[in-house]
Amino acid sequence: MDTPESSLTSHPFFQGLTPRHLSIIGECASRVNFQAGQFLFREQEEAAQFYLINHGQVAVEIFRPRRGPITIQTLGEGQALGWLWFDKPYHWHYDARAVQLTRATALEVKSLMHICEQDHELGYALMKRYGHMLAVQFRVITLQMADMYG
Amino acid sequence: MPNPAADPLLPVPFRVSKVGRETADTFTLTLEGTAGDQGFLFAPGQFNMLYAFGIGESPISISGDPERPETLVHTVRAVGPVTKAICGLKKGEVLGVRGPFGAPWPVAAAAGQDVLVIAGGLGLAPLRPAVYHLLSRRRDYGNLELIYGARTPEDLLYYKELESWRGRFDFRVHVTVDAARGEWRGSVGVVPHLIAHARFDPVNTLAMVCGPGVMMRFTVQELLAHGLKTENIYLSMERNMKCGLGLCGHCQLGPFFVCKDGPVFPYDRIKDWFLTREV
Repeated sequence: MDTPESSLTSHPFFQGLTPRHLSIIGECASRVNFQAGQFLFREQEEAAQFYLINHGQVAVEIFRPRRGPITIQTLGEGQALGWLWFDKPYHWHYDARAVQLTRATALEVKSLMHICEQDHELGYALMKRYGHMLAVQFRVITLQMADMYG
Repeated sequence: MPNPAADPLLPVPFRVSKVGRETADTFTLTLEGTAGDQGFLFAPGQFNMLYAFGIGESPISISGDPERPETLVHTVRAVGPVTKAICGLKKGEVLGVRGPFGAPWPVAAAAGQDVLVIAGGLGLAPLRPAVYHLLSRRRDYGNLELIYGARTPEDLLYYKELESWRGRFDFRVHVTVDAARGEWRGSVGVVPHLIAHARFDPVNTLAMVCGPGVMMRFTVQELLAHGLKTENIYLSMERNMKCGLGLCGHCQLGPFFVCKDGPVFPYDRIKDWFLTREV
């Protein structure tokens, strides 16, 4: 059956987690769909959810007055979106918009934080994945900033 | 065709038969010999010294199909006086050609393996002849994957051809840009990050990489992290090549001359120099 928990199991971000931990995280997960062009979130909105993309593609954008949005990254199947949710002030710094029909698993950030405080073993497992995601993002952005094709 | 064995320092006149604009500052020139000879034979990855008369010479990779020697194709970015003059040539005008020079891509050694063709920016130009070769002998290879990145969608070379390649069932094409505006519906990100999306058997895969130094460095790291052997990663190095014959020393890279020993090197041969700064 296609449940939030089953989509967690199959998502690379949670690969290796124990069934007990997956079950706990599953309680704060829900399946969400976004049509092409629909925003998942916008800059300055509260980072209430953290997304695991199951299918589709999402553009992370910065809006520039009079010049419109510029896409700085795209994320697709098997990737995680929302790497600023664990940092104060828990607001999004970018816009995220579905490039095509996108199916994702949304995780409630407040519940996740609560879970991490309650269960440090699970919290550490989650933080390892979160740290890896940050490291990957850092490498990507560093290379983009280097303007290597210039 | 020019014969380096006869007089490798003597430019042979070629006439421009077609000029196509690739991006704001990059042009593809199709050249034809003026002597009515049989064509220009070269191997994928080799380069020529192109001479803009009265201005100077510049090393430019050959970007055409090695199986169509009747035309000689170069893709040139206008960045200095010589390349600006070459890009400014009109149909019917003449330039000098010396070559072909250098070690080619190991297309024969890649037979029976998966092949990753990884390009950044103008780096697709020297890899395009290898792609033509691989596709013309498609049955000799396993999975073929092209990973190509540029600064923006407007900076992508061979746009129509990329679309055509992407339409094939036997060739997977991954294209990414650093940033995009408007209607771009492709990937935004960096080339090394796309390697995880390619399908290949690491122990039986040969990678051909050409692009800016930073991109190649991080691409090599990623390929090694995915299990590729150092001897199966090939890089096309760029240096200040002048004579094309390993005589003048301008293109020295450690114990090598890029014009003669390269420009294509297996990574295990140059890794000590590749990672050494200011060499």
